[in-house]
Formats: sequence, structure tokens, C-alpha cells
Amino acid sequence: MSLEHFIQNAISEWMRVKGPQSDIVFSSRVRIARNLDGLPFPLLSTQSQAEEVVRRVEEAWKNDKDRLAVLKDAELIRMSDLTDLEKRVLVEKHLISPMLAEESRHGAVLLSQDESVSIMINEEDHIRIQVLFPGLQLEKAWELASQIDNWLEKHLTYAFEGGYGYLTSCPTNVGTGIRASVMVHLPALAMTQQLNRLIPAITQVGLAVRGIYGEGSEALGQLYQVSNQVTLGQSEEEILDNLQGVVRQMIEHEQIARRRLQEMSLTQLEDRVHRSYGILAHARIIDSNEAMKRLSDVRLGVDMGLILGVSANVMNELMVMTQPGFLQSYANQRLNPEQRDIRRARLIRERLAMEQTKEQ
Amino acid sequence: MLCPECGKRPATLHYTKIVNGEKTEFHLCEVCAQEKGEVMPGFEHGFSFHQLLSGLLNFNSSPQEAYKPQTLRCNTCGLTYNQFSKIGRFGCGDCYKTFRERLDPLLRRVHGHSTHRGKIPERAQGELKLKKELEQLKAELAAKIETEEFEEAARLRDQIRSLQEQLEK
Repeated sequence: MSLEHFIQNAISEWMRVKGPQSDIVFSSRVRIARNLDGLPFPLLSTQSQAEEVVRRVEEAWKNDKDRLAVLKDAELIRMSDLTDLEKRVLVEKHLISPMLAEESRHGAVLLSQDESVSIMINEEDHIRIQVLFPGLQLEKAWELASQIDNWLEKHLTYAFEGGYGYLTSCPTNVGTGIRASVMVHLPALAMTQQLNRLIPAITQVGLAVRGIYGEGSEALGQLYQVSNQVTLGQSEEEILDNLQGVVRQMIEHEQIARRRLQEMSLTQLEDRVHRSYGILAHARIIDSNEAMKRLSDVRLGVDMGLILGVSANVMNELMVMTQPGFLQSYANQRLNPEQRDIRRARLIRERLAMEQTKEQ
Repeated sequence: MLCPECGKRPATLHYTKIVNGEKTEFHLCEVCAQEKGEVMPGFEHGFSFHQLLSGLLNFNSSPQEAYKPQTLRCNTCGLTYNQFSKIGRFGCGDCYKTFRERLDPLLRRVHGHSTHRGKIPERAQGELKLKKELEQLKAELAAKIETEEFEEAARLRDQIRSLQEQLEK
């Protein structure tokens, strides 16, 4: 497969569009958890009950003539039909969760053509509707998720109780069932040592900060996921407003930090981003930690206008494509870590070279 | 540095675990880390929210309660409170009713609230409205009987009946 062709497949359509505040906010995600009334949650469901959930969602989707436009060309993918590598690629694209990929029984996903919508079936809850948009677009993502929710509710009866709201397997999701998160790139705040003060402040207002691959993962490439923790007792709008407000402040602080770096230590900054670019353009072996770190530097250089001739999107692409699952699917074979490091370096070199030929 | 597990490969994975305030630093190579089941981004089964939750649950129970035989069990799915406090997840919607008494303090601890204030499914919305209407009509009916307006009462009774039928559907 040629690299160009691979990129076409690797990058979700929604990722190619530039969203609002995209120099700092990579993506906004809204996920809502729903369960069907009268069936045990996936934790305790039997094989046939789990299959029943998939069947009901599939029927609702197939039989509805005026279903939402975004789901018209969607595809229902069963986890049992995928190889481990294919599942891993979906996880690295954030389209399904590791749990759905690895632990679910009769797990499936209804995936929209542009990959902005994925409806996971038989994850921790029967149904998890996820909407992913580029840049800071929480309200739009919630609007669409809520529309999909309304559409599903026409066909299915949800487990809902007046006092507790939408019932979920884990009580940390009960009520609205909403988890909204924003992925932010904060290299300047990290460089100026301000994150250690910022992160505790954020957790105090009921939000969580994590690495890009969710719970417990470290912050690769200075990318952080900020999300709400509270799902009960506040309306969806209040939850989103709260998150949005904090994210706006983070953006502002990051912008100030970038400006200060530019004023106070421009040469050091230029050296750092160009040095990283040099390593990416020439390295023969690179592990994923270093790759993410260098990509983060170059992305910062591009966003601040210090590196010309490379589009910011290329960095987003590479951050996804240099993950282990992608590398192996590009190579079309299983690779050990050393082989991956060599392939990763090659992929990055080739991709950057593509940009340069475009320039000329 | 070399990975202290195998002593062969360089340690590329460095992390700190904090358990009960005790900090332990780990340095492992990718291979040993995988074998030990430690962090592969996106594919780890390490510390999860559910474990944290069950910590809260245990913290929540008073000493007396801890010694009480834990026989509280959900009739619908068979999950016991003990199992719930270990895995931090419910087995079905009815668990919320079964464990209500112990759940409310937990929810307040996690969310700061224990009552839903967000979206309501359209269908449930309709049902809630019908139920409210029904209560209203019943009250009116009682009033009409009191004042011996039987014609009005009969009309209300029919209305109530049709509403009840709608609700049962």
C-alpha cells in the first residue's frame, strides 16, 4: 500500500477539517451512556441477551427510513469479525474503547462514514453514543449526540428512573450518562512548568485531566484530555458550560505562555522545534515516546509560525499513524518493538518528505 | 539504565505508583512491562476508576456494617452488595432500587448530588405527564364526589380510566 493511500484510510474524515481553536484544541468528544430497559447490563448479560442488544440496535437502524443523515451510510462492525490488529487501529483512532475491543461479549460498533459518530454496543453499558469533532465544538457534538439519542429512543426503551436519570452500569456515569472531553495540546505550559499548578486546580472544579489514551495513560506529546467527572445533579448544558469555561481558560494560559516564550527566549524555542524537526526528518530508529515528544515540538513550531512548509495536520496524522497498531497494519505484519521503532522512523521520514515535494 | 527485571534491555518505561501515600518508582523495559501487565497506552488494565470506587464503598461502611452479614441481593440479576462493592458496577437497572439506601450517600460523595436534573427521554416525559394528570383527575374526582356532583364525577371517572389504559400500554 502506498503511503498516500494508507493516510487516506488512516485519518478519519472529521480529522482533516480544521476546527475552531485548532492550534491548541485537537478534538472535542461527547459520549453518552444508555441501557435498555428489562435487560441486565453487559456485565451480567448472557450470550443471547448480549446478542439481543446488538439485534435491537441493528433493527432500529436498518428499519428506520428517515434515520439521521449522518447514519445513512454507517456500518455495523462486530468485534468478532475483526482481527486484533484491526481492533487496535480503531482504538488508536479513538473510535472504540479498549474495553470494547478486548473484553466485550458480542461487542459491536455502528460507525458513521466520516467516523465522527460511533455507537458502541455492549461496552460497559448497552449503548454508548460517541461524537468526535475537530477543535473546540462541545456544543455541536452534544447536539448531534442528543439527536442520535432521540432517534434511538424512538425505537428502544431506555432504563430510566425519575430520580436517578439514565441508569448505567457504573454509578459514576448515572444521571445524564454524559462524558464530555476535550483534547488539548499544552506544550508551552509544560515548558514553563505551569502544568503542575494548573492540573490540581482543574481537578478541584470536578474535572479530570488524563493522557490521550484515557484513564491512567501518560500525557504523550503534551496532549491532555480534560473531561467532566460529575454526571448526576447537573444538566448536560451545565456540565458542558463548566468544561468549556475551564478549557477556554487553559487555551488563554497556553497562548500567554507561547507569547512569553516567543518574547523571552525565541532562539531557544526555535532551536528546540527545529532540532526536533531535524530528528524526525533524519532518525532511523525512534520509539513512540520520543516520536510524540518531537511531533509535539514541531507542531508547536508550525502553530507559532516558526516552521514553515509543514501543515499542522501532518503532525496530527503522524501522532495517530505512529502508534503500534497503525504501524503494524501499514507493514501488514506483526512487529516487535525494535522493528516498530525502525518502521516508525521511516514512516515519519517519508511523510515529511511528501510535504517537501509538495512545497517545490 | 538497564531494566532491573531482565537486566538485558534498557528501561524505557518509568512510572511512579502511589499507594496509600507510599511512593514507589518503577523502571522497566517495554517487554517486561507488557509481561507484568503494566501500561501499554490504551491497552492497560491497571488502576481503574472502579477500583477507586470500591475503595470509597469500603470507606463508606461503618465498622458495625462491615461485620453485618452482607446478604442484600438484587432479585432481578442476582448481584449482591458485596459483589458490587468489589467491582463497582451494577448488574441491571433494578440494582438502583435494591441498593438505594446505600447508594445515595455514595452518589453524593461521587457527584455531590443524588438527583438527576438533566435530559429526560421523550417517552418517559410523556409518561410522567400522564401520571401527573392522572393524580390531578383523581383529586378532582374525590372533590366532585364530596360535593355530590355525580354527573361530573362519572365524566372524570371515564377520563381516568382511559388515561390508565394509555399508561398500561
